[in-house]
Amino acid sequence: MKFDTPATTNPIDQLKVVGQPLDRVDGPLKTSGTAPYAYERHDVVANQAYGYVVGAAIAKGRITGMALDAARAAPGVITIVTAETAGKLDKGKRNAATLFGGPEVEHYHQAVALVVAESFEQARAAAQLVQVDYAKAEGAYDLAAAKQAGVEPSEGSPDQKVGDFEAAFAAAPVQFDRTYTTPDQSHAMMEPHASIAAWEGDKVTVWTSNQMVDWATTDLAQTLGLPKEQVRIVSPYIGGGFGGKLFLRADTLLAALGARAAKRPVKVALTRPMMANNTTHRPATIQRIRFGAGRDGKLTAIAHESWSGNLPGGEPEDAIQQSRLLYAGANRLTGNRLATLDLPEGNAMRAPGETPGLMALEIAMDEMAEQLGLDPIEFRVRNDTQVDPANPDRPFSQRQLIECLRQGAERFGWDKRATKPGSRREGRWLVGIGVAAGFRNSMSMPSGARVRLDAAGVVTVETDMTDIGTGSYTIIAQTAAEMMGVGMDKVVVRLGDSSFPVSAGSGGQWGANSSTAGVYAACVKLREAVAQKLGFNSADTAFADGQVRAGNRSAPLGQAAGEGGLVAEDTIEYGDLAKQYQQSTFAGHFVEVAVDAATGEVRVRRMLAVCAAGRILNPKSARSQVIGAMTMGVGGALMEELAVDKRHGFFVNHDLATYEVPVHADIPHQEVVFLEEADATSSPMKAKGVGELGLCGVGAAVANAIHNATGLRVREYPITLDKLLDRLPDAA
Amino acid sequence: MKPFTYERARSPAEAAAAAARTPGAKFIAGGTNLLDLMKLQIETPGHLIDVNGLALDKIEATAEGGLRIGALVRNTDLAADERVRRDYGVLSRALLAGASGQLRNKATTGGNLLQRTRCPYFYDTNQPCNKRQPGSGCAAIGGYSRQLAVIGSSEACIATHPGDMSIAMRALDAVVETVKPDGTARAIPIAEFHRLPGDTPQIETALEQGEFITAVVLPKPAGGTHIYRKVRDRASYAYALVSVAAIVQRDGTARVAIGGVAHKPWRVEAAEAEIPRGAKAAAAAIMAGARPTHDNAFKVTLVERTLGAVLAEARS
Ligand SMILES: Cc1cc2nc3c(=O)[nH]c(=O)nc-3n(C[C@H](O)[C@H](O)[C@H](O)COP(=O)(O)OP(=O)(O)OC[C@H]3O[C@@H](n4cnc5c(N)ncnc54)[C@H](O)[C@@H]3O)c2cc1C
Ligand code: SF4
Repeated sequence: MKFDTPATTNPIDQLKVVGQPLDRVDGPLKTSGTAPYAYERHDVVANQAYGYVVGAAIAKGRITGMALDAARAAPGVITIVTAETAGKLDKGKRNAATLFGGPEVEHYHQAVALVVAESFEQARAAAQLVQVDYAKAEGAYDLAAAKQAGVEPSEGSPDQKVGDFEAAFAAAPVQFDRTYTTPDQSHAMMEPHASIAAWEGDKVTVWTSNQMVDWATTDLAQTLGLPKEQVRIVSPYIGGGFGGKLFLRADTLLAALGARAAKRPVKVALTRPMMANNTTHRPATIQRIRFGAGRDGKLTAIAHESWSGNLPGGEPEDAIQQSRLLYAGANRLTGNRLATLDLPEGNAMRAPGETPGLMALEIAMDEMAEQLGLDPIEFRVRNDTQVDPANPDRPFSQRQLIECLRQGAERFGWDKRATKPGSRREGRWLVGIGVAAGFRNSMSMPSGARVRLDAAGVVTVETDMTDIGTGSYTIIAQTAAEMMGVGMDKVVVRLGDSSFPVSAGSGGQWGANSSTAGVYAACVKLREAVAQKLGFNSADTAFADGQVRAGNRSAPLGQAAGEGGLVAEDTIEYGDLAKQYQQSTFAGHFVEVAVDAATGEVRVRRMLAVCAAGRILNPKSARSQVIGAMTMGVGGALMEELAVDKRHGFFVNHDLATYEVPVHADIPHQEVVFLEEADATSSPMKAKGVGELGLCGVGAAVANAIHNATGLRVREYPITLDKLLDRLPDAA
Repeated sequence: MKPFTYERARSPAEAAAAAARTPGAKFIAGGTNLLDLMKLQIETPGHLIDVNGLALDKIEATAEGGLRIGALVRNTDLAADERVRRDYGVLSRALLAGASGQLRNKATTGGNLLQRTRCPYFYDTNQPCNKRQPGSGCAAIGGYSRQLAVIGSSEACIATHPGDMSIAMRALDAVVETVKPDGTARAIPIAEFHRLPGDTPQIETALEQGEFITAVVLPKPAGGTHIYRKVRDRASYAYALVSVAAIVQRDGTARVAIGGVAHKPWRVEAAEAEIPRGAKAAAAAIMAGARPTHDNAFKVTLVERTLGAVLAEARS
């Protein structure tokens, strides 16, 4: 189905099932520990052996020698694979560094050997006996130092100049110029990367944990030099990804190589201490923001420049994206610069670009409002735009940012905010509230699905879409139930298998809207097939309560399927509506913090997100996405930082004891409100995404609340207490 | 994990004798620290002596009016003991500020005293570390040292003792009771139990090879207001950046031990005379000679400010 004109009324608009706050269909499996995650797929193939990854001990250089004899002789060892013995390997299109290093080492903990043994413990013990000698090379590990040599990258937002920023800035009565930094961050999802691979002749099947089944299939085939048809990827349950599992990673490749060498199925999981350096991370940024404004609080000049670093072939962290679109202003300058760094590969992490971009931009907006003597919400309202500022003929398809902020202000008690920072004290606590705008573009991706109807009236949906804990199973079932007029109990959803139609996958918050639109398209075809089979006029056929009706004729849905069943398959594809309209999602994020006046410890007390993000397919799972994202935002604001050892080029705090993320006990009260919306330009579902929106802006809202509480600005994330300590009021 | 043999000890003296007899032997109590270190191949014992069956899980009154805490009393039980909560509040609070409920249910009094550092380089076997591999160097010096020691450190090691319970015990003047492989018992004042790193950071306590902790004895209650204040990056669950264990008397005198700053619970008795003069003076005396790194210089300020907050709380 080609979606190239805005949606009109369609069966989804009934909202009998779609839009309802239904429980997750996979909930019982998850809460009872019976959802089959990759590493525990003992059932799928017999005789599994265990692979353990040896990671490089240097960041850059060459392997000069490897002594494997002791490891080979260790109890239980079946085989050891190295790049030397693995055979010729290509590199997947989406990998910057090769996944299997040697003799060249491109980053710390890059996989350089896989030890395969009868048990996990034996593989681990033997891996410790692998002796690797290295010739270390000089590398660049410090973004601040490498920044000068940054170049305009070929990926990400290109430089944009609108009007004449320099002149407008110079002429502006009120000027603002500040630099912000955000650190490298780790996805730190619960389930580490894990895969089981089994060969049958020259065909390989991998049970894994991957957000984008088709990318993994394509890139594994390419790396192994196989035709794509000989690779099958199965990824039905994923214990979190946050972008860390968008790509083919070492676990999958090494499981395949290990299984080939061992001549039996091999499973490989990355250990927690390997995750930070072996896999990808969100790259650090240095961002400079300049504003020029009139005394009326209208921005006349906006510049946002961002520097990040990556391995050769890696992409920039596109932190300036939102600044092209979020606020009005006639003169604009935005651009990324990318430096070469020899740290592990930087890549997408939840809301790449906008997360760090808004962490900076939305503090800057707060600072500028203060400088102008304006309320931060009022300042944002004054600079709202309903069109793409660089291209005024291009409107936003929908934009309710002002409503998000106004409604949030009302609900959160914004009028009780102390206008003088540092003036509200409750015992040992300095209390403040902060606001930030949330913004995330809403992308649509082609997405396919197959729907099958059987004689019992059961509808089975198959698509390679993934559920990374987001609720895909549920909203896909809701879509099929709505379209076919059946209850949720009559829908079976099967996901995450490369033998199913290629979907949008889970990333960039496009998954929910795109994958359900693909299911919608397939269901439209199935409805036509049903009507035809029953000899009904398809134009006026209604599907409800398990019945098909046209005029005064009616038949049970299953009757159309007959014994052989009915199958329909389709893919949603998009015309240029996304070019005609800017499709984005918006939020107002509100946060209250208390800061210990003596120690600078920050405690978040309350949070609210008011979101405008198209039709909400399931308010319950959407809310759960947003509160999870808000929690991640608190982590980014207050504690998450991969600490770089700038001498040796690696992330030092590579476990969950030292890379701290907030847990339930750190997050007291969260409220989420969705504004009533349905965006006819986005897809037949009229939905957008919320999973990343919930994160975008949260960090700055926390930072602004800290400022309101203490009067102190911190422009270097995370805002740990040491950055406040010296400037807090004198302790007792 | 290296393969190991395993036995269950039948008495403290036998446990000690077995540990001395078998090279590379280690006791295992709750296992919450030891097992993690074994999985990472940081500890590689060839033999484990399980001491969990020993009847050392009681808290008993001593003739001197104090308490004898068996080495196997779990952190949860110790924190919840009525006498501890009433007379040694600082200890109860320190325990509850540590780890998580699940860990405290397993962790023992003896094992907690011996928990090893959380220096991140100690955990990465690719990196040189004098504590893990004597003589290999110290990767933390000149590296990422935000969590590490600011005082009492050496050219060989700047790690901290990460515990909470021991900080309170230091303020309480506890005594560690042990039995040696030859069957003799001894009592080690907590002040002498943990050591500074010097040039042998791998030697962390006064215990000899095979020596087994049987109990920790608390002297009779000191009265006063008991406060344990732990400052950390994550409110719910994290090691201390700095912690303060304080017992403050009505007359303004106090005993104070500091956690998170040194290779041992940090207490300078001589400096306690300064406390009535205020936190600034007291902290200056307690932290005299501090040699922080660039990353952790803030801890010196943090000690002063936290001590100030603690003394203010005691006054109010
Ligand atoms: C995730 C996590 C978070 C934590 N957070 C904190 C925290 O915030 N604050 C804190 O203080 N601690 C914290 N801990 C550490 C925890 O307190 C210790 O792991 C625990 O106290 C160790 O006790 P155990 O009985 O399990 O010791 P084990 O692991 O069994 O043993 C530890 C060591 O002591 C030796 N040993 C044990 N008993 C004896 C004995 N009777 N005589 C001689 N030697 C003995 C063992 O041989 C071993 O070397 C944390 C631990 C984890 C895993
Ligand atoms: S500080 Fe101590 S524990 Fe850390 S690396 Fe240096 S020697 Fe090892």
